[in-house]
Amino acid sequence: MIEIKNLVVQIEDNRILNGLSLTVNDGEVAAIMGPNGSGKSTLSYVIAGKEDYEVLDGEILLDGENILEMSPDERAAAGVFLAFQYPLEIPGVGTMTFLKATLNAQRKARGEGELSTPDFIRKVNAAADKLEINKDMLKRALNVGFSGGEKKRMEILQMALLEPKFCVLDETDSGLDIDALRIVSEGVNALRAQGRSFLVITHYQRLLNHIVPDTVHVMSQGRIVKSGGKELALELEASGYAEYRTEAA
Amino acid sequence: MPAVQETIDRVRSIDLDQYKYGFETTIEMEKSEKGISEDVIRYISAKKDEPEWMLAWRLDAYKRWQTMKEPEWARVSYDKVDYKDIYYYAAPKRPAAMSLDEIDPEILKTYEKLGIPLREVEVLEGIAPERRVAVDAVFDSVSVATTFKAELSKAGVIFMPISEAIREYPDLVKKYLGSVVPVTDNFFATLNSAVFSDGSFVYIPPGVRCPMELSTYFRINERDTGQFERTLIIADKGSYVSYLEGCTAPKRDDNQLHAAVVELVALDDAEIKYSTVQNWYPGDNEGRGGIYNFVTKRGDCRGVNSKISWTQVETGSAITWKYPSCILRGDNSRGEFYSIAVSNGMQQVDSGTKMIHLGKNTTSRIISKGISAGRSQNTYRGLVSAHRKAAGARNFTNCDSLLIGDQCGAHTVPYIESKNSSAQFEHEATTSKISEDQMFYCQSRGLSNEEATALIVNGFVRDVLQQLPMEFAVEAQKLISISLEGSVG
Repeated sequence: MIEIKNLVVQIEDNRILNGLSLTVNDGEVAAIMGPNGSGKSTLSYVIAGKEDYEVLDGEILLDGENILEMSPDERAAAGVFLAFQYPLEIPGVGTMTFLKATLNAQRKARGEGELSTPDFIRKVNAAADKLEINKDMLKRALNVGFSGGEKKRMEILQMALLEPKFCVLDETDSGLDIDALRIVSEGVNALRAQGRSFLVITHYQRLLNHIVPDTVHVMSQGRIVKSGGKELALELEASGYAEYRTEAA
Repeated sequence: MPAVQETIDRVRSIDLDQYKYGFETTIEMEKSEKGISEDVIRYISAKKDEPEWMLAWRLDAYKRWQTMKEPEWARVSYDKVDYKDIYYYAAPKRPAAMSLDEIDPEILKTYEKLGIPLREVEVLEGIAPERRVAVDAVFDSVSVATTFKAELSKAGVIFMPISEAIREYPDLVKKYLGSVVPVTDNFFATLNSAVFSDGSFVYIPPGVRCPMELSTYFRINERDTGQFERTLIIADKGSYVSYLEGCTAPKRDDNQLHAAVVELVALDDAEIKYSTVQNWYPGDNEGRGGIYNFVTKRGDCRGVNSKISWTQVETGSAITWKYPSCILRGDNSRGEFYSIAVSNGMQQVDSGTKMIHLGKNTTSRIISKGISAGRSQNTYRGLVSAHRKAAGARNFTNCDSLLIGDQCGAHTVPYIESKNSSAQFEHEATTSKISEDQMFYCQSRGLSNEEATALIVNGFVRDVLQQLPMEFAVEAQKLISISLEGSVG
């Protein structure tokens, strides 16, 4: 379970999050929607531990433990995963090399043994097949020369391999065509499980047709301003964010 | 604090005292008097029991050197060397060993500590056969051991200290010594010609593929000495040899001079692959101490279809001034230069290559990767030229620089000259910084700061590491991590 309590965050003296509170239960898929500049991406970065952000107040508890005191790699080992809106390219580093290094680093941090190479390859291949990632892509340098859709699929592949407890998807639908959107969504849905919670950050309702959320939260001015069931997303699609902009202002 | 800040701090905080090879061996040494003079040169020549012609060659070089000036065009600054205050010859007192059992145990221990196997038996028993490497170990001014000599001579390969070759193969030495790097080539090469003490000599007869890797391990031990080694490698028609050199020195607060000359000659259809892992003591964080590495290395593709390939991994030395070059004289000959130069602390690197296209359809390839951290300055300086007769000459150059932190510098100074309209030269260059975002991305997947830096740096240098003989590539990768992190390995 993830509990975000009264989170106040600024970057270079600009207040971005203003006492944001949110709870996502085990097995729950929560969607966060909101206009541009409402602080959605900031929230995802603060959860993953990006250092540009100054946390002034509040805590983020993963199963009762405050992850704000952990470094990004410690958070990853504890089970936090962020699927980036813009995944980074790492020239010269083979995708398989990267996957293996990250998986084993996390296993090591948790005191588990390294995965054997055959087991690792089996695991990657199984996950890659589901996401329709071809083997040539795995031989290339990570994300270098990948299309937008390929990069997003690679994020979900990493998520599948690392088996996190808490997954944050930051605008995963941006830059995807209909087919890619379906493949990525199916990949995410396949990972929905009892002990795993999701925070799906999106602008548009269309992603939520594929990844059906349990709860929907509207974010504006760095705060959750309304929460509801999946039908809230449809309302928003019809009425837009205008109401929330003024309300918060 | 940005994500990358921590990396910068870490790199900044790395004490270059991490240098693993900084120990000193206590051993009785025999030295020439301090400074340079005709007497000192005569002394060195006599110590080596050299023929008259060799002494004359040295004295001639000395005369010319006295009229020369130290070059100042490189992007490095340092307190000038006091050439009067150096010992030009220092050797362990014990007479030259005829077998390994006669070598001073202290020296054997030194090489053991450095991980260089000098006992063939140990090499044969301990390690897989494909890892067999013949080693020539040079300790200050003399070669103390050469392994696998007997086995190599069965194949007709000559691999011995150059001081021995001067006595045993005077015709070969006379024919080739100074034929690639002329006596008056430059200030440091001329000085070397006057006072060089030892180094390796290699001759591969026609049609022979050298049955094992050859390597020379240079160790500076004695205080206030300069090391002036001289290496000469000749690959006769249709032969092949792969050669590797390694270098270390003790930690000292004062600077020491290393001015080597390496000459390679490849005749028709021959190939020489020359790899260097240079890890001289780089000095401390404030720039105290360290080796001045002023080296002239040049290969002559004298024959048609010949090939010379330089691969270097440079992590040590306070100052590096070094441009391993290829003269592409034979038609269809090929020169290659693959380089990784890492600088940290206060290190200064000015290094690169020269590809001189003289023959028809000659080709060359330059891949240079510079990594700067700390307050270091890292310059690539390269020349690619095609002479009038070099029809169809082709070159591809790629120079990439990676910056870690914001107090270091990377510079690229390429010179391109073409006097033949059919020559085609390509030059690519990039400068990048390990981005905060890349670091954060890797860390968010579970990699620590150090693991992330190592991964990104290894990706950056991969093209070049692939050129090294496999077992050395692993070593080199470790060395790069140590130079940058102080935590890995």
